[in-house]
Amino acid sequence: MSEPLLLEARGVGKSFPGVRALQDMHLDLRRGEVLALVGENGAGKSTLMKLLSGIYTPDEGEFFLHGEPLRVTGPRDALQQGISIIHQEFNLMPDLTVAQNIFIGREPRAGRVFLGERALDARAAELLDRLHLPLHPRERVGDLTVAKQQMVEIAKALSYDPRVLIMDEPTAALNDAEVRVLHDLIRRFRSPDTGVIYISHRMDELKAITDRITVIRDGRYVDTLDTAGTTTPEVIARMVGREIAGDAGPEGVRAGRETVLSVQGLSTKALLRDVSFELREGEILGFAGLMGAGRTEVARALVGADPVESGTVTLRGKPVRLTSPAEAAKHRIGYLSEDRKHLGLLLEQDVTANVVLSSIRERFQSFGFVRAKAMRARSEELVDKLRIRTPSVDQTTKFLSGGNQQKVVIAKWLVKDCDVLIFDEPTRGIDVGAKEEIYRLLNDLATEGKSIIMISSELPEVLRMSHRVLVMSEGRVTGELDAAEATQESVMHYATMRPETEAVS
Amino acid sequence: MTTPTVTEEERRGSAPAALRRSLRAGLQQFLAFASLLVIFVFFSIVSPNFFNYGNVTNILFSTVVIGTLALGTTFVIITGGIDLSVGTGMALCAVISGVLIVDLGVPMPLGVLGAILFGGLIGLVNGLNVAVLGLPPFIATLAMMMVAAGLALVLSNSAPIYFDQTPSYIDISIGSIIPGTDFPNAVLILALAAVVAGVLLNKSVLGRYTYSIGSNEEATALSGIDVRRWKILIYTFAGLFTGLAGVMISARLGSAQPATGLGYELEAIAAVVVGGTSLSGGKGSILGTVIGALIISVINNGLQIMLIPQEWQDVILGCVILLAVYADRARKRAT
Repeated sequence: MSEPLLLEARGVGKSFPGVRALQDMHLDLRRGEVLALVGENGAGKSTLMKLLSGIYTPDEGEFFLHGEPLRVTGPRDALQQGISIIHQEFNLMPDLTVAQNIFIGREPRAGRVFLGERALDARAAELLDRLHLPLHPRERVGDLTVAKQQMVEIAKALSYDPRVLIMDEPTAALNDAEVRVLHDLIRRFRSPDTGVIYISHRMDELKAITDRITVIRDGRYVDTLDTAGTTTPEVIARMVGREIAGDAGPEGVRAGRETVLSVQGLSTKALLRDVSFELREGEILGFAGLMGAGRTEVARALVGADPVESGTVTLRGKPVRLTSPAEAAKHRIGYLSEDRKHLGLLLEQDVTANVVLSSIRERFQSFGFVRAKAMRARSEELVDKLRIRTPSVDQTTKFLSGGNQQKVVIAKWLVKDCDVLIFDEPTRGIDVGAKEEIYRLLNDLATEGKSIIMISSELPEVLRMSHRVLVMSEGRVTGELDAAEATQESVMHYATMRPETEAVS
Repeated sequence: MTTPTVTEEERRGSAPAALRRSLRAGLQQFLAFASLLVIFVFFSIVSPNFFNYGNVTNILFSTVVIGTLALGTTFVIITGGIDLSVGTGMALCAVISGVLIVDLGVPMPLGVLGAILFGGLIGLVNGLNVAVLGLPPFIATLAMMMVAAGLALVLSNSAPIYFDQTPSYIDISIGSIIPGTDFPNAVLILALAAVVAGVLLNKSVLGRYTYSIGSNEEATALSGIDVRRWKILIYTFAGLFTGLAGVMISARLGSAQPATGLGYELEAIAAVVVGGTSLSGGKGSILGTVIGALIISVINNGLQIMLIPQEWQDVILGCVILLAVYADRARKRAT
């Protein structure tokens, strides 16, 4: 009998209404190893994280720590049991100092009431020194670079002396040099009693730091590979290895059509670097890429919702400056946000108010007064056309299902009569039947001659719907594929590419 | 072909639910009105001097200033904003009216127009600060509240301006165009202003966008609406009511009192909130605001008639406001 594993998951399952997020999940972390956990967006990685940090409890199966059954009641309990998790989003208070952030909730006291700031700083200094981190306890976290903030998160996680350290995409915001610093830190942390679970999509990093790679897909365990004996294509093949949902490909051929929209050298301060692409009439152009690749940012910059640093936009051959969504709408470009509830709908208002919102001034007013009857009639027409299931157009939109809410947003832009429609995650959070209806609708719109950009994190959806696929990684376009060339493997190849280190095709 | 399945949400949102909701919306107005009625009946019973033509007219008359301010404030609050400048802004507009008509000898109607437009100017500055500079409405209008209070004193040399020489100005408020009665014009003007505000809020593009911005400002902007421009317009429009209130209060007092005004903004906000308008924006009505303003002045008047000391009147009014808003929230949570 060998030594017990450090951390083990056996047959763990978790369901949410309508979704099986995880089923029969297996994971084993050996002592002293760095284990990579990889999978597409939505494969179940973050659900697994949340189970380990006690935010969710598993429906079935068990976790074991050092061979003992592990039950976690909450994030604090997880820390006390020796599991530290560094989430992708930082949980730092920018106005507090490094030391205050590291020891938040565990501040040394001077007497019963007062904080022992000096003791706090001393403990932080000792910890930072031990970890070889170039940070000062009294620095304000908000003044630090992202990389240094990441270090604060790591220091905080390690200050609990964990046995298991879990890092979720720790290098998403780091450059190569900073990644090396992080990897050094992981190597120093690794000891015969500890282990690391390292979640990342960057294949080159997995090679550099991990011992084994566990692949999960659609909430299930797929395989575990020795990093040394495997190749990147082998890992990708296991990540995407499912059949494409549905069979219909994109309808028609768009190769010879006129270019409607041309974007050249679009860059933003935050993320985008020199993004260029063209959109043809009647075409569905799919935007693929991993989370944070910059697809939504392209859409927002394009319609003027976010400031642009440089770049030109040409619409039917004429250069246009789109400085606000209002300007974009004037040029008949509509953006349907991924965040339907917060950025797409007036949830407390009825269907009609939402459907006409973009077009009141040009279609439904006379002398500053709204034409209620005309609005209602148009709204009813759209409800019929898109088969929006609602008791009436007076229904408050928050009571509609996700799919029908999405159709209300689409109706809004149809009333506006847009030529270019940018759909950001059009089927997120809606059920399978409604998805098919949305797909059909997109196909119909393209057939009518509308030009469509479809941003989606579901690769099968992108492959099925798109005439062409643009792949992004880290704010740049790394690949452009015709429907014929686009496969899960080829898209994932470009999506996991690090633009700094590999040539752009 | 997949058969669309009816989801749980849709079942919840089916026809009877829709009916229930529209009943509920009516119920809210009805409840506000019912509580007004209950308070009214209560005072009629406990005090014999309460329910008569003279006193009811008095109540309506005393609603005019708060009511007018509350109309403009309703628009701002529905956008999710707040306007703290209407009280001292009103005093400043009164002083402007006095300076124009009394000091500069401008014809009375032009002076009135000037004061109202000056209110619009105050609103415009508020709107620019909020929409263009992106200041929080609370801060932008707090600053304007102080600026207006100071300017009112500066322009009047800290002394009241009397309208003795222009009785027609005073008649705007206390005169009566209804022959054979002494029913004050001020009440008619408030009614007219409320109708204008109500029609604009419900039927105009401006009103539509007021609700849209308050419901979800970012979604409204992403729908291609120039939210900045409309916010400026809404604040400017609300400012016109501040100007009108300045005319009404100075006509009623027969003088522009530069040092008054502070505290009116809070009563106006109270009237709006008691009337069921949500401070988080997106919801509210002019009818509600009018009822809210009436509730406040009925309580004020009734307590006075019952000879309850001023100090206790304030305590009771504060408690009533808490109760009204709490009841509104409790009802919303229950549904």
